[in-house]
Amino acid sequence: MDKTIRIRKGVDIDIKGKAQSIVIADHNPELFSLKPTDFFGLVPKLNHKEGEKIKQGEAVFFDKYRPEIVFVSPVSGVISKVVRGDKRKMLEIIIEKSDESGKVEFNISNDDLKDAEAIKKLFLQSGIWPYLQQRPYGIVANPEIKPRDIFISMFDSAPLAPDFDFILNSSKEEINLALKTLKLLTDGDVYLSFKKDSRLVDLIENKENYKINYFSGPHPAGLHGTQINKIKPINKGEVVWTVNATDLPIIGGFLSTGVYNPERIVALTGSEVKEPAYYKTIVGADLSQFLKSKLKTDENVRVISGNVLTGSNISHSRFLGFFDNMITVIPEGNKHELFGWALPGFNKLSLSTTFMSKLFPRKKFAPDTNLHGGVRAYVVTGQYEEVCPMDLYPQLLIKAILAEDIDKMEQMGIYEIIEEDFALCEFACTSKIDVQEIVRTGLNLMIKEMS
Amino acid sequence: MKFLRKKVDKIKPHFEEGGRFYFLHSVFDGFETFLFVPDHVTKKGAHIRDAIDMKRTMIIVVGALMPALLFGIYNTGLQHFIATGQAQEFWPIISYGLIKVLPLIVVSYGVGLGIEFAFAQVRRHEINEGFLVTGMLIPLIVPADIPLWMLALATAFAVIIGKEVFGGTGMNILNPALTARAFLFFAYPSWMSGDKIWVSGMMNGEGIVDGYSGATLLAQSATGASEFVNGLGEKVSHLDMLIGTIPGSVGETSVIAILIGALILLVAGIGSWRIMFSTLAGGIVMGLLLNTFAVNAAMEVAWFEQLMIGGFAFGMVFMATDPVTGAQTNKGKYIYGFLIGFLAILIRVLNPAYPEGMMLAILLMNVFAPLIDHLVVQQNIKKRLKRSVSSAKS
Repeated sequence: MDKTIRIRKGVDIDIKGKAQSIVIADHNPELFSLKPTDFFGLVPKLNHKEGEKIKQGEAVFFDKYRPEIVFVSPVSGVISKVVRGDKRKMLEIIIEKSDESGKVEFNISNDDLKDAEAIKKLFLQSGIWPYLQQRPYGIVANPEIKPRDIFISMFDSAPLAPDFDFILNSSKEEINLALKTLKLLTDGDVYLSFKKDSRLVDLIENKENYKINYFSGPHPAGLHGTQINKIKPINKGEVVWTVNATDLPIIGGFLSTGVYNPERIVALTGSEVKEPAYYKTIVGADLSQFLKSKLKTDENVRVISGNVLTGSNISHSRFLGFFDNMITVIPEGNKHELFGWALPGFNKLSLSTTFMSKLFPRKKFAPDTNLHGGVRAYVVTGQYEEVCPMDLYPQLLIKAILAEDIDKMEQMGIYEIIEEDFALCEFACTSKIDVQEIVRTGLNLMIKEMS
Repeated sequence: MKFLRKKVDKIKPHFEEGGRFYFLHSVFDGFETFLFVPDHVTKKGAHIRDAIDMKRTMIIVVGALMPALLFGIYNTGLQHFIATGQAQEFWPIISYGLIKVLPLIVVSYGVGLGIEFAFAQVRRHEINEGFLVTGMLIPLIVPADIPLWMLALATAFAVIIGKEVFGGTGMNILNPALTARAFLFFAYPSWMSGDKIWVSGMMNGEGIVDGYSGATLLAQSATGASEFVNGLGEKVSHLDMLIGTIPGSVGETSVIAILIGALILLVAGIGSWRIMFSTLAGGIVMGLLLNTFAVNAAMEVAWFEQLMIGGFAFGMVFMATDPVTGAQTNKGKYIYGFLIGFLAILIRVLNPAYPEGMMLAILLMNVFAPLIDHLVVQQNIKKRLKRSVSSAKS
């Protein structure tokens, strides 16, 4: 049953600052944040006001249109601030830690873990539910729909991504408990996709309960979208769930202790980090103090929660995102470059062979955030196809989205993708088009049309 | 560099909203970004981006055209000197060629960029680099003696009707450079066809050697000559065809210069190898077919000679590969290219009234490229639909 699926299209972007395989220290700050912006298609409603006490695991806000889905506090403390943006859009809820408020504890019996309805209820009440993401659309799973299958990628192929073999190694029990429980939530299968030669597979008990696949090849081999497309693509009307492997210990930990305790090992990476390594911390942790001693310079850098392709910019409000298992710090690129488009470019990171840097294939780059040119209409073709292994036409799908042609979008496979699947296309684009934003616009349009 | 940057920063406010020269902001922006890659950083999506941009892409295509241009300058002079029976010395040849060819480039760029700037200004977008290539292609696909006002008119037509009415670079259906050539071909046929136009100086007829004929090889093949001869009636060898010391448009005679350009495009990954390869294949297949069923001299021209004469090589490398007007899907590119090669030789041989089949074949396939893509994508859509139906059943 085991087989290796080889991904041919794509590219591993080799940049400086990969984390060494050591966990240096625990990082336990005073402030934490929950960001409604980490979840798409969500209209958050607060359960608490500023200044109110909150327990660890108590709901901070819920989804206005699906009130059963709640988002809970990672620590016990006080809601210190609600940060809002334009049109009073809720951006961040900041929680100040204090041990007085206590924890929400669930009594989980073994019987509970045998019944799908009971598990679902438990996940919804405890705030575990948002870790279940659904496709199509890349939103928090709809509790009313039983998924066709559940897909879990057991590796990350993104630039500087943490090594799952290393960070999941110590959570064998939790991972198995989480997997066993998730299996009950679908009538289909739980698909586990490992990197070829990964030793993580040895951690899995009762392998016959899951469908195990191996992947080899460059990024985006580790993305759920790629794996689903290669294993069992999503058809119109079908729903599948995806769960990040690095969230399995949190789910399993909750199931065994009854307490929501979102601890996670994250990689601190990037060319501006002194010693890239792993740190144990908590979802939503404040990183501002922490980073001060870890960066080569704090001037003119971009701090990213996540990887350089899909992460969110947290330069100004440095809290770890809900799903993120890495922090990347790279230089900002806000400088002019004389005749930059004409120079030989020994230091230019590019997939094209138009720069001299191609002569040094093993070279590692320290790219900055410069856009490297102006935004143009599409001219070059075939670029997206080179880095997208999915069986669809990325550039034409993007054009269908731009034209808001619902039928075309559906026919061309919009149900199979979310933003991250086209992130490499965005990186490669000569015309500097914001592909991921267009994908999200298209997905939002579909959500609106289909509801 | 700092000094230059300071200067630019100093005059920049005049071109910004409310400034005295705001009406020229696109032009200023064009020059500023020509000097400096802007300091724009990523705001959405991927935080790092590939270092390539449109300017670099286009400048590499222009670079790939240089061998053809340089040889074109030489050949323009050379053909003139042969026709007038003068001694063929290198520097006089070059200077004659420069005098003939440089004005073409100046007019083409001047008119085209002027219009581009104006449209960018009115539409308030940045100036597109697309014309850098078009402006170089146009002088290379016309005869050296074309009157400059005709060239200016054709360039204006190509930029406005061929490109801007569709929304500018990236939106056009027809290749703008070929649109210019087609315009000239149909509006001023006497300047774009015949035996006199292809050798510089023959139109005004002064000093031409008695009995000299300026017929191109293509014209000779169309009129059923049994073998290719030069203006003095001597046999033209295959080596001459490869090197390109034969009459023709400025940049399209030298197969070798064009292949150097092709190599640059292929190594840089900017020209589609799929299109080049399949165009070549299409040309060979049609050439062989015609050779096999040959009933007249035109059909007997060997298939490999067909690939070396006329605009076939130039069109294959620089025109068919235009990504905007060509097929966009990889499968589509094979079909698109193959049909261009196939039709180019077919038109050229079976319709002697239009010996330059390459231009017409590419323009025709430009129009059909979206249809080809549609059919290719439809396959993918059908597959998806079938999958979805079969999974609904099970």
